[in-house]
Amino acid sequence: MKSLLTAEQIDKVLDDLAGKIVADSPADTDIAVIGIRSRGEILAQRLSGKLSERLKKEVPCGTLDITLYRDDLNSPQGDAQPQVRTTEIGFDIDGRIVVLVDDVLYTGRSARAAMDALIDLGRPEAIKLAVLVDRQGREFPIQADYAGYESDAEPGKNVQVLLVESDGKDEVIIE
Amino acid sequence: MALRKGKQFEWRRKHLLGLRDLSVDEISFILDTAEGFEQISKRAVKKAPALRGKLVVNLFFEDSTRTRNSFILAASRLSADLINFTQKSSSVSKGETLLDTARNLEAMGIDIVVIRHDAGGAPAFLSRSINACVVNAGDGFCEHPTQGLLDVYTIRKIKGTLAGLKIAIVGDIAHSRVARSDMWAMTKLGAEVIFVGPPTLMPTAVDKLPVKVSYSLDEVIEKVDVINMLRIQFERQSSNPFPSVREYSHYFGLTVERMKKAKSDILVMHPGPINRGLEMESEVADGANSVILQQVANGVAVRMAVLFLVNQAAAKT
Repeated sequence: MKSLLTAEQIDKVLDDLAGKIVADSPADTDIAVIGIRSRGEILAQRLSGKLSERLKKEVPCGTLDITLYRDDLNSPQGDAQPQVRTTEIGFDIDGRIVVLVDDVLYTGRSARAAMDALIDLGRPEAIKLAVLVDRQGREFPIQADYAGYESDAEPGKNVQVLLVESDGKDEVIIE
Repeated sequence: MALRKGKQFEWRRKHLLGLRDLSVDEISFILDTAEGFEQISKRAVKKAPALRGKLVVNLFFEDSTRTRNSFILAASRLSADLINFTQKSSSVSKGETLLDTARNLEAMGIDIVVIRHDAGGAPAFLSRSINACVVNAGDGFCEHPTQGLLDVYTIRKIKGTLAGLKIAIVGDIAHSRVARSDMWAMTKLGAEVIFVGPPTLMPTAVDKLPVKVSYSLDEVIEKVDVINMLRIQFERQSSNPFPSVREYSHYFGLTVERMKKAKSDILVMHPGPINRGLEMESEVADGANSVILQQVANGVAVRMAVLFLVNQAAAKT
């Protein structure tokens, strides 16, 4: 096990992501942040806090459960039985620029599922993808608009994002 | 994915035949899963692709509007294909056996059978005979598990928990599979269940069930947190279990007058269809304590969860 990012570095990466998003957003755009359960949810909350501060307005934050949209749902090779949880988005996504947040972008399959799930909720002006760790190994033609730490971890390694809210500490590790 | 490394509950049943054999964890897991499905019915696109390309058959040997439509809606919202099969318009009226009907359907490549049958145990029989998943939508006087689940789901949603609640189930207990499924689900989740009705409408050997029995609604009404009024099932009664409808209403009907003695936050439930004025006065059925229409709405979410879980269990084994 090796540490890739410390708590401080995670916070700095999130600051950088927030900076890039703000630089990209004209003052009159309606931005919303939506995190993919479970780690993306926590990161989205932190990011929306940072964005609200910088833009001096409330940037709404929601949570997306993508279980029903996963492509391995009915495949025996898929993960052990996934648990369906709630999607909690308390605002209309129509016409907004939605920043989709996840902890690690790897194969691109979660991001694909998340986009399909989002489109069933409405028609956003645009969907952007922001990730804490951008790991090589894409299986779908999907790239992040805002990528934090870039990892070239070999296949078979496990890049894990630990967060205070779910794991008791902030750290990114590789096993 | 990182979060999955912890030990979490895994649903392994490819059939839902009844609630009697389910563990507390299994029941809670269905209810938790249903919460994730509830919002699908409220959003712009009321559909998710979880059962895309799967074939669900509604095999109904008894009349049903609510349950059948609820399963149709649940399967549609999960993007499944659906065959509706009712006894009157099928080869069963030409003498085909249940097993032959099911095997023919299976030859069409069905994935899930939702069955209602007047013979208790028919769903269990079917589950042993075919490969598809089987979901019981009511068998004889045995069980109606999805109704039991939607009832506890509705109570849990409003009261937070069932633990410690007192729940009266009133009326035609003997002919009610709803009462039985309710009883199993409610008692497993920690509620105390009281069957209320005339002795002629109590099931035989009721003393062996995990419930209290009362023959007086007036004695019970002040104590309970939830009251579930069953429909008098005239179509199932061969003898006369009570002297007159008026007399029954007088002693066991939920009237405005009786409601005055109840707790102010009592939940009034009914599995439908209501005989208005018989087991319940209209003012009560449409009153502030009534959650009857919420039961109907929650039924779709619960049935989506059940269809999803049995299919998952089949896919992963």
